[in-house]
Amino acid sequence: MTTAAATAGERTAKAKPATMAQALGRALRDSMAEDPSVHVLGEDVGTLGGVFRITDGLAKEFGDARCTDTPLAEAGILGAAVGMAMYGLRPVVEMQFDAFAYPAFEQLISHVAKMRNRTGGAMPLPITVRVPYGGGIGGVEHHSDSSEAYYMATPGLHVVTPATVEDAYGLLRASIASDDPVVFLEPKRLYWSKADWSPQAPSAVEPIGRAVVRRPGRSATLITYGPSLPVCMEAAEAAVEEGWDLEVVDLRSLVPFDDETVAASVRRTGRAVVVHESTGFGGPGGEIAARITERCFHHLEAPVLRVAGFDIPYPPPMQERHHLPGVDRVLDAVARLQWEADS
Amino acid sequence: MTVQELPGAAAYRPTPPPAWKPLTDPAPLLPDPEPYRVLGTDAVADTDPELLLRLYAELVRGRRYNAQATALTKQGRLAVYPSSTGQEACEIAAALVLEERDWLFPSYRDTLAAVARGLDPVEALTLLRGDRHTGYDPREHRIAPLCTPLATQLPHAVGLAHAARLKGDDVVALAMVGDGGTSEGDFHEALNFAAVWRAPVVFLVQNNGFAISVPLAKQTAAPSLAHKAVGYGMPGRLVDGNDAAAVHQVLSEAVSRARRGEGPTLVEAVTYRMDAHTNADDATRYRGDSEVEAWRAHDPVRILERELTGRRLLDDEGIEEARMAAERMAAGLRERMNADPVLDPMDLFAHVYAEQTTQLREQAARLRVELDAEHDQPDGLSTDDGGARR
Ligand SMILES: Cc1ncc(C[n+]2csc(CCOP(=O)(O)OP(=O)(O)O)c2C)c(N)n1
Repeated sequence: MTTAAATAGERTAKAKPATMAQALGRALRDSMAEDPSVHVLGEDVGTLGGVFRITDGLAKEFGDARCTDTPLAEAGILGAAVGMAMYGLRPVVEMQFDAFAYPAFEQLISHVAKMRNRTGGAMPLPITVRVPYGGGIGGVEHHSDSSEAYYMATPGLHVVTPATVEDAYGLLRASIASDDPVVFLEPKRLYWSKADWSPQAPSAVEPIGRAVVRRPGRSATLITYGPSLPVCMEAAEAAVEEGWDLEVVDLRSLVPFDDETVAASVRRTGRAVVVHESTGFGGPGGEIAARITERCFHHLEAPVLRVAGFDIPYPPPMQERHHLPGVDRVLDAVARLQWEADS
Repeated sequence: MTVQELPGAAAYRPTPPPAWKPLTDPAPLLPDPEPYRVLGTDAVADTDPELLLRLYAELVRGRRYNAQATALTKQGRLAVYPSSTGQEACEIAAALVLEERDWLFPSYRDTLAAVARGLDPVEALTLLRGDRHTGYDPREHRIAPLCTPLATQLPHAVGLAHAARLKGDDVVALAMVGDGGTSEGDFHEALNFAAVWRAPVVFLVQNNGFAISVPLAKQTAAPSLAHKAVGYGMPGRLVDGNDAAAVHQVLSEAVSRARRGEGPTLVEAVTYRMDAHTNADDATRYRGDSEVEAWRAHDPVRILERELTGRRLLDDEGIEEARMAAERMAAGLRERMNADPVLDPMDLFAHVYAEQTTQLREQAARLRVELDAEHDQPDGLSTDDGGARR
């Protein structure tokens, strides 16, 4: 499945502020229009258009056989998607919130991730599982989990997370087109973030697995993704005052992992901080730091540091600001990069 | 074996659950075709007037509580509130049928049941206010934490009731779930366990018509949710969920059955959610006003009031008294909720493990330093803006 990438000129001509939520909706719509085997299913995705309104209008345009309100059962939704994919459809499943995907883990881990392998390549499953994730929106218990490490630890799943409006569109298109299952993590606190982007003119489909340098710099690299990208961009601006010229790498895809872009950046700067809001212990940052150390050991001027959420269950909304890594914590880590062997 | 014969908690010997006897005739398990009613029928004559008046007072208070809590969301005092307006009869009956030693397993919508059981109204709201996940000790009140992931509390209720029975304690668990929640795997597994173990559990499904936007017709193809009981080998009862006397009676019978050691019951209370799913939901997207209006005629508070006044058990003065009592409760709630909760950020690390890990101690120390630095900032530079600024 391919999409004609509009020229940059065409895009900017029609561009106006659009939200990430709109871009995701548009990606679903375009995928469904282009490929009749694409089906959307989940809780409240039809009449309501999803609790975040990402699927708004799809049931009207494509009928409720293609955009289906299912019974309230995540294991059932994903399990049914497995069967649908076995029969040649391309299901896009919506999990309502991060923590409500857990009932579907059995299907995800035992079947979605392994069907290609179990069948010797005979039966790939082109399923996209959309999961709104992360905190910062004042949600009560079970509405703010960062579950990426669980997904990353499961071979057979792609794990993708956009941080910009444009990537939300491009990466979701690519995920739906992928012949492998993709866990598509949507940073819900960026749903309403805006950028100049035209929902009318299609933008480029971004292949899964390529990180991007969002801000070039020379003194250290911040490696991040999804909800923490804006935090890192702000930190990089603030660091200028202190004489730091920070490079910011947006991973976009956690599996596959773009070792090349990350290593090239760290070799240039010699210092790295990994920033994410999921827990540090057993979290994605440990894997990333290890990979950097393996590839760039001789270029490193300091240990790779991590700035992560605390190793606690996600706190109640009134306390979440103490948990989420903010600009201060990132800058504090950057300061610690002036590392001396005996310190 | 009857419950009385079981050994007491002091001489704890696990007792195996009673042996399962296969049922050859499913007929006694089947629910009535129509929801059971008491108000406006002959059955009301057999109902204790004191009970009816108690139910009325609680319904009026419950209605007021829902309105007050919803108002608090508009003032930013509550992060979110899932109102149970229209469903007060189920909430109140669930709380009132239980003995003190029994346990309640509420869902996230059942704040009112917890309050009617005696929980401090402010403690009951901490989850929804956002200061704590659970603002009370479940063991003290015998109320499990209000449960957000749907239907996951149901197996817990089964396990607790089973454990109490093994210990020889005469305890019943009542677990509440919505119509949508009955589609979850946990619902099915819980019912199956309960029936196989003959656990002293009562499952109360509040069928309020919708799971957020999804109507019952898209949730189940069964003749009723109560019918689901039969396949597991337990009785299903269908009751008018807006008739407080009927819900109370049906739940009482189910609780007694459980206490007698005769096993679980599935009760479906047919009711209606008058408000949106939560204050953040827009119900006009999935339902019309006429449907809501039709249910208004069957409002649980009004139909009980009509019955009581018709039978001269209640007069204008009594109505006013109930209203005033509800107002006092609301004023107290308002006042206490208007005070900012005092929170200690260090609590983030306090209850992750019985004993903090070295890593958590390190993280706590780091936060301490940050907080002290924040505290030392001169006025105007406070970082009370989300902690993300410099
Ligand atoms: C496992 C799980 N999936 C999804 C959700 C999100 N969610 C919260 S309430 C709700 C609808 C619940 O409907 P119902 O069970 O009928 O209860 P009601 O809200 O009507 O009381 C949904 C889908 C959740 N809380 N838990």
